Amino acid sequence: MSSPLRLVLALLLAIVAFATRANEAAPLAADPALEVRVMRVAEELRCLVCQNETIGASQADLAVDLRKQIRTKLKQGESEAQILDFMVQRYGEFVRYRPAFSPTTALLWVGPFALLALAAFVLAANIWRRRRDAPPPELSEAESQRLAELLGNGIARP
Amino acid sequence: MKRYFIPFGVFVVMLGFLALGLTLKPRELPSPLVGKAAPAFLLPTLNSPGSSLSSQDLRGKVWVLNVWASWCVACRDEHATMVEMAKLGLVPIYGLNYKDQRADALGWLDRLGNPYVASLFDAEGLVGIDYGVYGVPETFVIDKVGVIRRKFIGPVTAQMVRDEIVPLVARLNS
Repeated sequence: MSSPLRLVLALLLAIVAFATRANEAAPLAADPALEVRVMRVAEELRCLVCQNETIGASQADLAVDLRKQIRTKLKQGESEAQILDFMVQRYGEFVRYRPAFSPTTALLWVGPFALLALAAFVLAANIWRRRRDAPPPELSEAESQRLAELLGNGIARP
Repeated sequence: MKRYFIPFGVFVVMLGFLALGLTLKPRELPSPLVGKAAPAFLLPTLNSPGSSLSSQDLRGKVWVLNVWASWCVACRDEHATMVEMAKLGLVPIYGLNYKDQRADALGWLDRLGNPYVASLFDAEGLVGIDYGVYGVPETFVIDKVGVIRRKFIGPVTAQMVRDEIVPLVARLNS
């Protein structure tokens, strides 16, 4: 191996070493399959400290604690639904990114579709009304002449 | 003329919603725990790691649970109010020392005064999770049978003590 190439390789290795060291150690469970399930639950939950992030994405202390809690509970064999219930009991329906359908959340779920339907209805009504009220199209000179010819009156009679 | 009424109406309705939105405090979420039994706990006390306190020990009296930590800046603001409330002697205040270091917490109480009958030491924050704590300080009013009657998120002020906690405690005690 030539020495410049060796130098480049050494530098690259150094960068890689730095990059890995600079990475914060994520609190990974020994079991990657478990970690996938932890994240799946965590993505469903809102972090209450930073309300527009999921517990999966947030680095807030509470989110870290709750991920730990989810991990412990999954290890104990609780189902994902049970864990979501546990969180809702403590933090309220707000903690779920996909709240259950209930009278208080009905507007949230149905509202956008209702608005869309309303908009479509208004649009259709408008189009229909415009079509009805539009004046009959005016004819150009050539067209009136042709019309007169076809109707068989006026100067064009053979 | 008529066709201007509809957009104007829509505008007024939106204005109403937006005005309402300004008065909401998105950080203060309604707790699902109000009206339900306070979660059970068994924790060592801050003063003596050897002794512990459980939710059962507090049955039969109205009490206040104040979640605090020495690292919490807003707790410092609130602390004087807690000390004043303790002086009234109307209701015992128990502290939940949340995710703190024992030495820091004890030093904090030494400096600022200790309004608590006892403080529970929740190093892992697990009891905090059971109580749905997401922003320290938080304060709960718990009745004689162990039901949470009121939850305050953020610092309790002297006005809140006077207008809300004192009347509520009096009602629960009667």
